[in-house]
Amino acid sequence: MSEAKLTGAREAADAPREADQPRDSLVAHFGDRPLALDAGVELSPFQIAYKTYGRLNAARSNAVLICHALTGDQHVASVHPVTKKAGWWETMVGPGRPIDTERYFVICPNVVGACMGTTGPSSIDLKTGKPWGLDFPVITIRDMVRAQAMLLDHLGIESLFAVAGGSMGGMQVLQWAASYPERVFSALPIACATRHSAQNIAFHEVGRQAIMADPEWRGGRYLLENTNPRRGLAVARMGAHITYLSDAALHRKFGRKFQDRANPTFSFDADFEVESYLRHQGISFVERFDANSYLYLTRAMDYFDLAADHDGILAKAFRRSPTRFCVISFTSDWLFPTPESRAIVHALNAASARVSFAEIVTDKGHDAFLLEEPELFAIVRGFLDGAGKARGLGPEN
Amino acid sequence: MSTLSRTDIDVGANGIARAPSGARVDLVLVAEMVERGAKVLDVGCGDGELLRILSETRDVDGRGIELSREGVNECVAKGLAVIQGDADTDLGNYPDDAFDYVILSQTLQATRQPRVVLEHMLRIGRHAVVSFPNFGHWQVRLQLLFAGHMPRTDMLPFSWYDTPNIHHCTIKDFRQLCMAVGVRMERAVALNAWGSPLRLNAPWWFWNLFGEQAVFLLSRRD
Repeated sequence: MSEAKLTGAREAADAPREADQPRDSLVAHFGDRPLALDAGVELSPFQIAYKTYGRLNAARSNAVLICHALTGDQHVASVHPVTKKAGWWETMVGPGRPIDTERYFVICPNVVGACMGTTGPSSIDLKTGKPWGLDFPVITIRDMVRAQAMLLDHLGIESLFAVAGGSMGGMQVLQWAASYPERVFSALPIACATRHSAQNIAFHEVGRQAIMADPEWRGGRYLLENTNPRRGLAVARMGAHITYLSDAALHRKFGRKFQDRANPTFSFDADFEVESYLRHQGISFVERFDANSYLYLTRAMDYFDLAADHDGILAKAFRRSPTRFCVISFTSDWLFPTPESRAIVHALNAASARVSFAEIVTDKGHDAFLLEEPELFAIVRGFLDGAGKARGLGPEN
Repeated sequence: MSTLSRTDIDVGANGIARAPSGARVDLVLVAEMVERGAKVLDVGCGDGELLRILSETRDVDGRGIELSREGVNECVAKGLAVIQGDADTDLGNYPDDAFDYVILSQTLQATRQPRVVLEHMLRIGRHAVVSFPNFGHWQVRLQLLFAGHMPRTDMLPFSWYDTPNIHHCTIKDFRQLCMAVGVRMERAVALNAWGSPLRLNAPWWFWNLFGEQAVFLLSRRD
């Protein structure tokens, strides 16, 4: 990342404002109904920014909830208002896609603690008129799901046809099935786990320390002091991005190729293509993401441990579950490797739940769930078709 | 010798040799042993053919385990509830009495511990249905006796060095295992090389010689 780009004028003054008035989104306000948090406090008032696609049928039985990952947002299948890029899961969600918006009514909310319009640390605390910053309470995956359930109540949707998501989104899917089994007809937890491993917590801690070590972080008060810990957040993103790929994918994409040069410069410039790529990832990320949100959301993932909430026995989380599950993992995902998914499957078997489990061969690493993977699409489509028949959804909806 | 009654088989079952749907005869036979609406686990479900037959003709709540990734992904894409797993290692994860029927179709001979697998099946399910190629079939015996090489037949097409089948047994062997494990043999059918059931009143040695494959319906002796 060049010096100019990092310290230059902050044209992304937009980005934090998305936190209060998100563009191209619907907003549900919860003025008089507080969100009870696991931390033991209540968040009130708060708001949820969300997108919907497709039409809710008369029986209100075709709603699909999409849960986004750590750095995702509600713009799952439409142009992102800040980056102007296509929706983050447009290959999966849309007309004629596996999660077909011509058949299903798709809802994608921004999670609590994030920065794209749902209340989070960069939102204005209406009690003080200032951004929350680190005064924002620590939230958990269960808090995110609790808020989403309130959104469904607000929309008048009693039961979801499906809940789907990858990574942190997959954690929310599992929490949905555990917290509200009767509201979840089918669940697709993809590339995820029922608990965050020590290695994953360690990676997150490195990212958080990078942000906090940036002098512009100012103890989390950067919005008040008109600074922005861009370097710290960019470094956090660079480190995390490596964990989303695989050795094979990095080698295939970049190898040891030089960036726009024939020979090494004998300096610390981005000589290698892979360096240039990572720097680009870091820079573009800070345009659309808030550093404190990154702290809060990584923390929520670290705290996630579904078995611990059920006397250490994972199967208890799914006891008598009526939900149809489709668990999916990827061979080269070392952030949420297949044994984590297998543990989910074993618990679901022990709970006699109806479960399908597929492992997809790919060298694309954890990010595979966001990418062009025909086998993933075929499996999701087939699973939802089967569930749709059981739910009595016709070909139209 | 045993509690097995072979005379309660519907003789009309002869018709199944010509399964009109084009489905494999042994699968149709297995499906006919399953009560309507039952909860079924198919261990080694391959591409999901039996689960499909069961859900279409017997209205069962079917689940499957399959070792090959291709098979699993094909099944899930068809909307079947199938997981990737191994009969030898993954049956232990299921609680007692989770299913009405646990089916092992043409897979017993490929397991590392057939006896343990059979015991798990009857722990997880009230009934077990097991089908397997009969290594006592006359063609198998003749190949080893006169040609002097490991038998290769339509049912057993593999060379000795690349076969997944590591625990072959005869119909006689399997009956002895059932007695050793102490399970009740409720029904049995042997199919000849053309997929037709053998005469029901034939003696066991006749089945063991002329049955190319066998299907057993078992239940717990409790």
